[in-house]
Amino acid sequence: MKGYKKYYGQKLFWYLLTLIFAVILNFVLPRLMPGNPVSALAARAVGGMTDSRAIEKVINDYIQKFGIDKPIYQQFFMWLGNVLKGDFGVSFSQYPRPVSDIIHSAVWWTVALQLPAILVGWILGNLLGAVAAYIRGIFDKAILPIFLFASNIPAFGMATFLLFIFAIKLGVAPASGGYGYDLIPNFSWTFAKSVISHYQLPFWSIVLITIGGQAVGMRSMSIYELNADYVKYARFLGIKDSTIVGYVFRNAMLPQITGLALSLGTMIGGALVAEIIFSYPGLGTTLLTAVTGQDYPLLSASTLIITIMVLIANLVVELLYGVIDPRVKANQQD
Amino acid sequence: MKNTIKQVFHSGKFLVGFFIFILILIICFVYPLVVTHDPLEMVGSGNFYKPGTYVSQQEAVLDPFYTLNIDASEGKLSLLLGEEEIEKMKEYLVKYAEVAESEIDTSDPEAMVELWQERYDPELKAKGLTSAKRKSYRRLDGEIKDAQKSADLIIAEKDSETGELEEVKKIKGTSFVNTKDILNKRTFLLGTDNFGRDVLTELVAATVVSLRIGLVAGIIATVIGLLLGLLAGYVGGLVDNIILFLTNLFTVIPSFIILILISYSVGTSARGVMMVAVIIGLTSWPWTTRAVRSQVISLRNRDHVNLSKLSGHSLARIIFTDILPYIASYVVMAMILQISSGILAEAQLSMIGLGPATTRTATLGLMMNWAMQYAAHLNGSWWAYFPVVIVIALISFSLNLMNTGLDQVFNPQLRD
Repeated sequence: MKGYKKYYGQKLFWYLLTLIFAVILNFVLPRLMPGNPVSALAARAVGGMTDSRAIEKVINDYIQKFGIDKPIYQQFFMWLGNVLKGDFGVSFSQYPRPVSDIIHSAVWWTVALQLPAILVGWILGNLLGAVAAYIRGIFDKAILPIFLFASNIPAFGMATFLLFIFAIKLGVAPASGGYGYDLIPNFSWTFAKSVISHYQLPFWSIVLITIGGQAVGMRSMSIYELNADYVKYARFLGIKDSTIVGYVFRNAMLPQITGLALSLGTMIGGALVAEIIFSYPGLGTTLLTAVTGQDYPLLSASTLIITIMVLIANLVVELLYGVIDPRVKANQQD
Repeated sequence: MKNTIKQVFHSGKFLVGFFIFILILIICFVYPLVVTHDPLEMVGSGNFYKPGTYVSQQEAVLDPFYTLNIDASEGKLSLLLGEEEIEKMKEYLVKYAEVAESEIDTSDPEAMVELWQERYDPELKAKGLTSAKRKSYRRLDGEIKDAQKSADLIIAEKDSETGELEEVKKIKGTSFVNTKDILNKRTFLLGTDNFGRDVLTELVAATVVSLRIGLVAGIIATVIGLLLGLLAGYVGGLVDNIILFLTNLFTVIPSFIILILISYSVGTSARGVMMVAVIIGLTSWPWTTRAVRSQVISLRNRDHVNLSKLSGHSLARIIFTDILPYIASYVVMAMILQISSGILAEAQLSMIGLGPATTRTATLGLMMNWAMQYAAHLNGSWWAYFPVVIVIALISFSLNLMNTGLDQVFNPQLRD
């Protein structure tokens, strides 16, 4: 257990550091560019005003609130203090709704959609990949090209395919939104049913994409492992096939978990764009409204939340990896 | 070298990918030579015209006719009977003519019309049948009869002085025009988009631009990745630690987010096609850095490198003659992947509205973005976005296949 403590400690420390950098990037990147976002904010706020004294007052107000007249590190700490309090300012496009309120209502849709979808896709993909590697033959030959092609369809492309077939042509699933447009979110049976039926298409489009990519990776990993010396040795010893498959699966799994940690950011990015196709009320659609509405506070808060979500997911994967991979334990005990 | 290339072209996967990619490239080069219309010309003046050949209606009327013994009334009927009319007929038949619902097959208009003619009674007065409804049924009946009569249509011209109509031509139900006679026509194999642009022509132009974005982004990412990877792997020590830290940082922080932040901050006026390509390149180097670094570390202590060092060769020479040739295959493979992910990144960025801020060029992402903004996916205009999705998938499929093929050639362990 002592070994694990060190491993977890290191991981936690490293992720904390990454988080700090991510927060700094989120603050600094937009401010490095010509056209300071805060001046842009102020300019937008005074748009349409004619009284010069009022304009001056508003601009001064903004200067005070964001402290543009102060050095950049002081501005950063002011901003950070607000963020820690959950104060991201007021949205432009949905004035006077606070940004934190918009984010709060969007973030759970995204989490509830992407977390199960990526997990299910990952598990199914790995199982299929391992089976394809083990059986080979026709199953493998027929299914591998499909996986390969499927893994190259962008998530939003798969979303449009499913939408066209199931919502437009067959009419068995709703085409857009997270729930019926005639409903107000509440804890009723009708609302739950509506949410579930709206959930299907976005969910399966993410699952199908994930399956393709994971199956291809798992298949080649498993083939690699099946040719390893320990498998041959185990066969000579006369160990049962099913036991050997268990070993192989476990060993082939490890790189897949690392792969998941590395590609999580890309996967979530793709899935966010797929949300847009369905106008799903999650963070992807929020990003779109922020961009089209020139809503800087909303955009900045969305990107920060997405980054934090990806970091947390990554951390969890890495911590799990420590439990699953015996080498980590062995390393730490030396 | 020659041998390696030969080996590469023996790999089935590489060949398939190479073939698809070259095919796309050839289409991109040849198509504009054949179809010389401006790809962004707004031909249609409405949204999303269906795929097909559009012929001038006036010319079709004025061109010489051929009489064919084909009953055109069927076509007219199906033109008349939309979903609404069929529903209306069904409603009448079930409610007032006492036909069992199971006898009615709404998918067969001909049978419905037959049933209608048999059962419809214009004089019927039933409960709940208001006079307005009765009139509307009568109108429908009249329309059906008209369509079946296949009466002649008269084309008339207005006299500019007297305003009187003068018969120019009579069109019989059996008159046909040969489409080859019609000179004013335009074929949209993939229909038109929301601006009325020919989707196919636009798609070819967009593919060229997107491939260019991918190439520029790929080159930038590969150059940065290669330099940082070489530096980290060969120099080691503190430099390695710093670069490794940065690389890990940027693999964990999603590059998509950094892409969004930079693209938004650059502002719409500066965000041209090349700017987007550069931004994508600047955010996607960590993968290449990672791969190059680990390769260089494994090479660093090989005998031939040590020998070079002992002989007093310069750092540049060691890198160029003793290290680069060994990692060249990895760099090429990484660049292929970078190109493919660059094209995808542009598409995703454009879809949230942060792509190239221009309407004068088309990219695959912008086409997708426009189609979505005009709700092509909700009104069933599949031709505006499916071709784009398929092109993106084919490009990335072919590039990935090439990459896998190369991987199997250079890593014999991975061969099936």
